[in-house]
Amino acid sequence: MATSRHQPVYGLMAEFEDPNQLVAAAHRAREAGYRRMDAYSPLPIEELHEAIGFHDTKLPLIVLIGGLVGCLSGYLLQFWVSTMAYPLNVGGKPLHSWPAFIPVTFECTILGAALAAVLGMLALNGLPQPYHPVFNVARFALASRNRFFLCIEARDKKFELAETRRFLEALEPREVTVVAD
Amino acid sequence: MPDQHAHDYEDPLAAGNIGMGSSDVIAPGHTFGSVTDKISSIVLTQRTSIGWYLGFLTAGSLAILLLISLAYLSVKGIGIWGNNIPVGWAFDITNFVWWIGIGHAGTLISAILLLLKQSWRTSINRFAEAMTLFAVACAGIFPLFHTGRPWLAYWLLPYPNTMGVWPQFRSPLVWDVFAVSTYATVSALFWFVGLVPDLATLRDRSQSRAGRMIYGMLALGWRGSARHWYRYETAYLLLAGIATPLVVSVHTVVSFDFAIAIVPGWHTTIFPPYFVAGAIYSGFAMVLTLAIPIRAVYGLQDFITLRHLQNMAKVMLVTGLIVAYGYTVEAFIAWYGGNAYEGFMIWNRMTGPYAPFYWALITCNVIVPQVLWFRRVRTNVAALFMLSLIVNVGMWLERFIIIVTSLHRDFMPSAWGLYRATFWDYSTFIGTIGLFLTLLFLFVRFLPMISIFEMRTLVPEAKVEHEI
Repeated sequence: MATSRHQPVYGLMAEFEDPNQLVAAAHRAREAGYRRMDAYSPLPIEELHEAIGFHDTKLPLIVLIGGLVGCLSGYLLQFWVSTMAYPLNVGGKPLHSWPAFIPVTFECTILGAALAAVLGMLALNGLPQPYHPVFNVARFALASRNRFFLCIEARDKKFELAETRRFLEALEPREVTVVAD
Repeated sequence: MPDQHAHDYEDPLAAGNIGMGSSDVIAPGHTFGSVTDKISSIVLTQRTSIGWYLGFLTAGSLAILLLISLAYLSVKGIGIWGNNIPVGWAFDITNFVWWIGIGHAGTLISAILLLLKQSWRTSINRFAEAMTLFAVACAGIFPLFHTGRPWLAYWLLPYPNTMGVWPQFRSPLVWDVFAVSTYATVSALFWFVGLVPDLATLRDRSQSRAGRMIYGMLALGWRGSARHWYRYETAYLLLAGIATPLVVSVHTVVSFDFAIAIVPGWHTTIFPPYFVAGAIYSGFAMVLTLAIPIRAVYGLQDFITLRHLQNMAKVMLVTGLIVAYGYTVEAFIAWYGGNAYEGFMIWNRMTGPYAPFYWALITCNVIVPQVLWFRRVRTNVAALFMLSLIVNVGMWLERFIIIVTSLHRDFMPSAWGLYRATFWDYSTFIGTIGLFLTLLFLFVRFLPMISIFEMRTLVPEAKVEHEI
């Protein structure tokens, strides 16, 4: 895995065979002072985001806002249509017959929240993203099958090619690879 | 999905490895790799069987029958169907409600059972969701073409137009437009989000350039990052929470199409809960109808085990009893309420010209499914398959009876009439079954029909012991 000094390096990637090793390795890397890293796994692992020190609580708020926007716009649309834009006398009901507006308001709330959940998740994750340096590692194709990867990124303050490689190798991975940028 | 680590692998049957216990959700001995390979090979490496081609050909021919029927309808108008005053709604709305109801099991399995931490849902949720989407597509065709001028269907939506008119928001038919279109959108989102990590698996494992390109584009560049997984799980859980009230609301709104009207037999408050239960009942029947042949053909008994079939049978038994309660209350209130029209309606239903259909419905939906009380029936795959077909028929008859017998003899005897289905009524209905099966055949051929990444979470090694 000799990489020339001039080729830009994205990071160093260690490959593990089971999720326990990956979680332990991520914990050790954090304890060693590494901050800019990411872990890759073929299945969601609850402990992993804590291990790499990642917290993000934006999404539920985005979904709440999406739901509220849907709710308000659904109700206001019906209110405006029924009382101002196109007032119709239906069965002698008042123009602003709010109980009849609840079903559509409800459905609009759901639609707004669901769109916010999906689009918000994709946007926060930066997807769709066709190219990413980790895909340069041939064995990374197994990250969607049965292998677990920890990548310490070159932009980490503590990153130093030889030093970091030694650190990762001490975690007993299957192998350590340089990720070209 | 945090639940799926908590499945019981301590189960003595599984731990003892003495063959398949009826309580396993996955057969013993599977690893991350074997689960991935087994499911993805159906799409990527296995040869497409002759049976698939034959099935696709048959289903596709029926879908073409649908195209012909709809084309003819567009040219001639809805007079080619048998419904006419007093029976203004017949096969079209029967089929609409039937298809929408079938879709409900998909959402129930993927959303409600997820929130209830039922890990057995994992192997059936993907194709149950696909079933939902395809069923909603079939359902949508009926009201769309019943308008007679489907090219003007967008008039149902509120948008500023030169005619200066707007939808009438006090009408349950407009609520239906919002409920069904929201349902279709949210189901599609839920399904696609669930597919993304599996599409990445297919991208990475595909041998062909076209496969890598197409699955690669659809996978959106998914790389399994822990940050992504965390937000993904949050989004998925929130979507499940959002879809749960949605699925209940959709069939409630569908039942409002009837319950808001003053027609005897429609104007009742039992409709919303009884429609929702009926929807889940027919949906689970359809999941069984599809799951039993699929697991046999593709050898997926390791993933769709007897435990799944048993659980689905139990859900059918419970929802079937709720539906039976609905029938009973309808009849009881018709008698106890003392309304002459209601009383006549139920009497006419039981003894009038459509009585054979009513009693067939009671037999299919209430009497026969009681055999599900017996464990021997619940574990007999052939019996479950037969039963699921019977319930599908029964639930179709239920909608037919509710719609047609209520309309054909209402208040004034001078306005009574009979409904008889025409060739085009049948061809449109059979055509939508063809469309549904065509889409399903394409789905099992080109997409993983079982969620691969969720199956990985059921493998024993997925459990992370908390150290440090």
